[in-house]
Amino acid sequence: MTGPVLEHLGEVRLELGAARDAPREGHWRQGKAGDGIVWMALDRPDSGTNTISKAVLLELSEQLDQLEQNPPEALVLRSAKPKGFAAGADIDEFTGMDPEEIEEMLREGHRILDRLGDLPCPTIAVVHGEALGGGFELALACDWRIAVEGAAFGFPEVQLGLHPGLGGTYRLTGLIDQVEAMQLMLTGKKAHTKKAARLGIADVVTEERHVAAAARACADGEVERRGGGLRGGLKSGALKFSRTRKLAARQMRSKTEKEAPQAHYPAPHALIDLWEEHGDDRSAMQEAELQSFARLVATETCQNLVRVFRLRRALKKRAEGEDGIAHVHVVGAGEMGAEIGAWAAMRGKTETLSDLDLDALGKAVKTAEGVCGGAHLGAAETRDALDRMMPDPNGYGVRRADLVIEAVPEKADLKTKIYKGICKDMKPDAILATNTSSLLLARLSEAVEDKARFAGLHFFNPVSKMQLVEVVRTKATSDSTTQRLAAFCGVIDKLPAPVRDYPGFLVNRMLTPYLLEAMVLLDEGVQKEVVDRAALRFGMPMGPVTLADWVGLDICLDVADGLKDELEKPVPEVPDWMRDMVEEGHTGKKAGRGFYDWSDGRPDPGEGDAGSEDLTDRLILPMLDACMECLRLNVAEDEDEVDGAMIFATGFAPFRGGPMHYARARGHDEVRDRLQELSESYGPRFVPDEGWSRDG
Amino acid sequence: MSRDIFLVDGARTPFLKARGKPGPFTPVDLAVQCGRPLLARLPLTAEMIDLVILGCVNVIADEMNPARVAALRLGLGEDQVAFTVQINCGSGMQSIDTACRYIREGRHELVLAGGTEALSHAPVVLREEAVEWYAEMARAENQVERAKHVRDLRPDFFQPVIGLERGLTDPITELNMGQTAEVLAHRFGIDRKTADAYAMDSHHRLARAQDEGWLKGEIEPMFSRDGEAYDRDDGVRPDNDMDSLAKLKPAFEKPYGKVTPGNSSQVTDGASWVVVASGEAVERHGLTPIARIVDSEWAALDPSVMGLAPVLAAAPIARRQGLGVEDIDLWEINEAFAAQVLACRAAWQDAEFCRAVLGLDDAFGEIDRGRLNVDGGAIALGHPVGTSGNRIVLHLVNALRRLGKRRGIATECIGGGQGGAMLLEVV
Repeated sequence: MTGPVLEHLGEVRLELGAARDAPREGHWRQGKAGDGIVWMALDRPDSGTNTISKAVLLELSEQLDQLEQNPPEALVLRSAKPKGFAAGADIDEFTGMDPEEIEEMLREGHRILDRLGDLPCPTIAVVHGEALGGGFELALACDWRIAVEGAAFGFPEVQLGLHPGLGGTYRLTGLIDQVEAMQLMLTGKKAHTKKAARLGIADVVTEERHVAAAARACADGEVERRGGGLRGGLKSGALKFSRTRKLAARQMRSKTEKEAPQAHYPAPHALIDLWEEHGDDRSAMQEAELQSFARLVATETCQNLVRVFRLRRALKKRAEGEDGIAHVHVVGAGEMGAEIGAWAAMRGKTETLSDLDLDALGKAVKTAEGVCGGAHLGAAETRDALDRMMPDPNGYGVRRADLVIEAVPEKADLKTKIYKGICKDMKPDAILATNTSSLLLARLSEAVEDKARFAGLHFFNPVSKMQLVEVVRTKATSDSTTQRLAAFCGVIDKLPAPVRDYPGFLVNRMLTPYLLEAMVLLDEGVQKEVVDRAALRFGMPMGPVTLADWVGLDICLDVADGLKDELEKPVPEVPDWMRDMVEEGHTGKKAGRGFYDWSDGRPDPGEGDAGSEDLTDRLILPMLDACMECLRLNVAEDEDEVDGAMIFATGFAPFRGGPMHYARARGHDEVRDRLQELSESYGPRFVPDEGWSRDG
Repeated sequence: MSRDIFLVDGARTPFLKARGKPGPFTPVDLAVQCGRPLLARLPLTAEMIDLVILGCVNVIADEMNPARVAALRLGLGEDQVAFTVQINCGSGMQSIDTACRYIREGRHELVLAGGTEALSHAPVVLREEAVEWYAEMARAENQVERAKHVRDLRPDFFQPVIGLERGLTDPITELNMGQTAEVLAHRFGIDRKTADAYAMDSHHRLARAQDEGWLKGEIEPMFSRDGEAYDRDDGVRPDNDMDSLAKLKPAFEKPYGKVTPGNSSQVTDGASWVVVASGEAVERHGLTPIARIVDSEWAALDPSVMGLAPVLAAAPIARRQGLGVEDIDLWEINEAFAAQVLACRAAWQDAEFCRAVLGLDDAFGEIDRGRLNVDGGAIALGHPVGTSGNRIVLHLVNALRRLGKRRGIATECIGGGQGGAMLLEVV
């Protein structure tokens, strides 16, 4: 609520103790109060977010010089940024450094945090918002951690192909249950306030208004430390012995291998090695952590994952600005419509969802509750989200909406009929967007009155998991419409990829050859598991046969037929037996049966023969070729957008940095030559795009 | 009355029969379910509504002042003043009447007035001795004291008292509502067969209204979290006949009583809202009113004959407005019990009664069954106590408009010995 009373009262100011009015020196503000407690507030200039940079640590070191000589009663460390504690190390600092340099820099950092940990006075970290990576490590170097309600702690390093490098590996395993500590570092998941307290990361959980009192209590030794760690329970005790650790490490390895195979993702495996070997020897683990981290920074995986991080940042940048959208009306309560509605409502939009079928609307409410649960919303937040999403069989929402999203089945005449019905009732500045994945917008727009306010807003299934949304413009779509839609994506926490109206747009244009080539392979008698394994070996998150089932064979068919009619390039022929499967209702996951049996959840193609390199190239290279075609025809703006779109819409092997990045790594000439070879063996669908030669 | 007051629109939820366990919606859930589409279909913004009044009898512990909770959940804004009113079975009409008085006073222009009740959520109450036992247990200072205290535990502490049963019993006369209907049946000579015939008719009339689509627009469908859609009053029994009704045993005074589950209103969950506006608000916001609220009245009498209160509440309106029985085109008398509605009819036809009690010169007259509860009533669709008064006003207006009639009275009896009545005219 943002009424006049709270507006007048203003934001709750962070308790900075004696540092409140202290001037900023470098990245820190420091002050000592009458009660003898020194407060140090991290306050990076020119940014709303703190990172743990080299400068931050060096300046901390200077402060430590004084604190060591003249120890205060206690030291309180916290962030002066309302947003949170600290986001982690400054990734950009690592770029271009060689391993020795990195190791030296880390060694210096370790020395400083060790000095902080060794101060004779109580040291207290106050954490609000997120303490990630290096920020978490700084907090871990303190004696106490006070978590302000809403705080979260985590080590996301693994997502960048790294593990903690500033002492996190031994400090966290030394503080809390070792297996829990390893879980946090291996998954990169955050421990939110409650969990952080349960694990013993946070010693105190309180509200901002009680921070000073809580810090005082810690300083006075009135607060018991919660960390169990090596001192803790039986299980942790047993892990002091290398044999028990070996056993636990073996389990971690096999689980990690499934989700992040060592060949593609070395970091989690290096972390397990580290712990297995040195889990009972702090200083050995410290030294090993340094070296391992420096090695990992140099890996291609790490560099490519850092690239993925930047690609996300770039897409997010496209989503900045005001959307001017308060009320969203979704037409069609099918699987996609229901999830889009639920997601938008969860992110604060007023939402109406229309469908003639009351049962579909009922199911949509259940879906929405599931989406809220999946996002860990509390009871009151879930209630509010569901209250904001109104099933609307009579379509009252059309007149009130700032954005209407059409998500009905992929039938052009049905869609145009709906447009004709609602356009006259829409507000004059409201946008009409279609979630079509297979129909050309140019044709659909013929039924739309104001074509400048018509565009595509193509979500991917499942909406709650897939971050990308294609914002599709026709020749007539206005800039303000695409800008508002991109901003809308930002508001609802999705990544927009602006694309031009084109058969399959960007993502499906790239994905369809991959899926259809898999069908051709099946037709040739290759086992479906072999096809899927070939793709998994390359690093795709899901083989193409499984993916076809996942997306729905009927939808694949729609997209394939659409593409075949619209594209100049030949696409693989859809086998008749696939049409028969759809006819018979074996449409994949949603039907419980497609190529695989889905009744027990996601199928596993298992281990074994993954086919020849030829087979992998037949699946992967046509995707690269389609990317080149889209770039040449300006369907997408640049290689970064294409790579980001593919990674965030399809999970395209992130450690390879995206399809175009992979093409560059492999060499455009080689890609072209390989395609040429394949075309000679398997047919003209592999003929390389003319973009390859031009771009060289 | 100085200011014209209008009913602009209204909607209710389907009424869901309580089936032995808490239904899918709390009182506020119900109010939100029908309030959302009502607000969405009107050309109004949240700022235009300047007061929310909601009738609710059985407020649940999580939703104190359900009016305010509903207003916030409906997105009417943190500055939305909202209060809950309670006069037992007349609460849903009391909210409309209170709105009228605030508007007439000139302090408000556009009021959301409703009623909600989830009788399936009526609390299970602990016996008083059990509550005391728990309290002492909590005060026990150590294990020994606690152990001693456990010895005082009696098995009947765990026998809950159903709050609903207590709520439907008048504390002054210690008669439950069904017994007050037995009293009226006795005093006005209503026999079992007549009561059953009335009840059967109620079901048939509601079933016809459903089939003909006459409730479209009045009912907005609702949707539960477990994925169910509800769009019909589910207590109706279209195939109800005299034989099956005759088989039912008396519910309140066994074995000779005449009031059975078949000729009583059902225990039900549901909510209803109407939008009440001043003439100025209608003009300013370009609204299309559906009726004018002309007059209202509340009356009270001995709780043991509470069912007769509609007669007392409607009479002063008729007198003030100079209306005879023929001038009222339609009546909605809330069907708490068939015998009770029939006793009201009998009293209006009774010259002695009308002279002695109502101060009329003669009998008020016979209310034609063709003008009374034309689409059935609480016997068929249920009686969520805080809601019914609102529903009968809304349905009266909808029925008048459908039948091309002009004037109607909605009235209900109220447990505890009161009654409310409201006169409306189609515009």
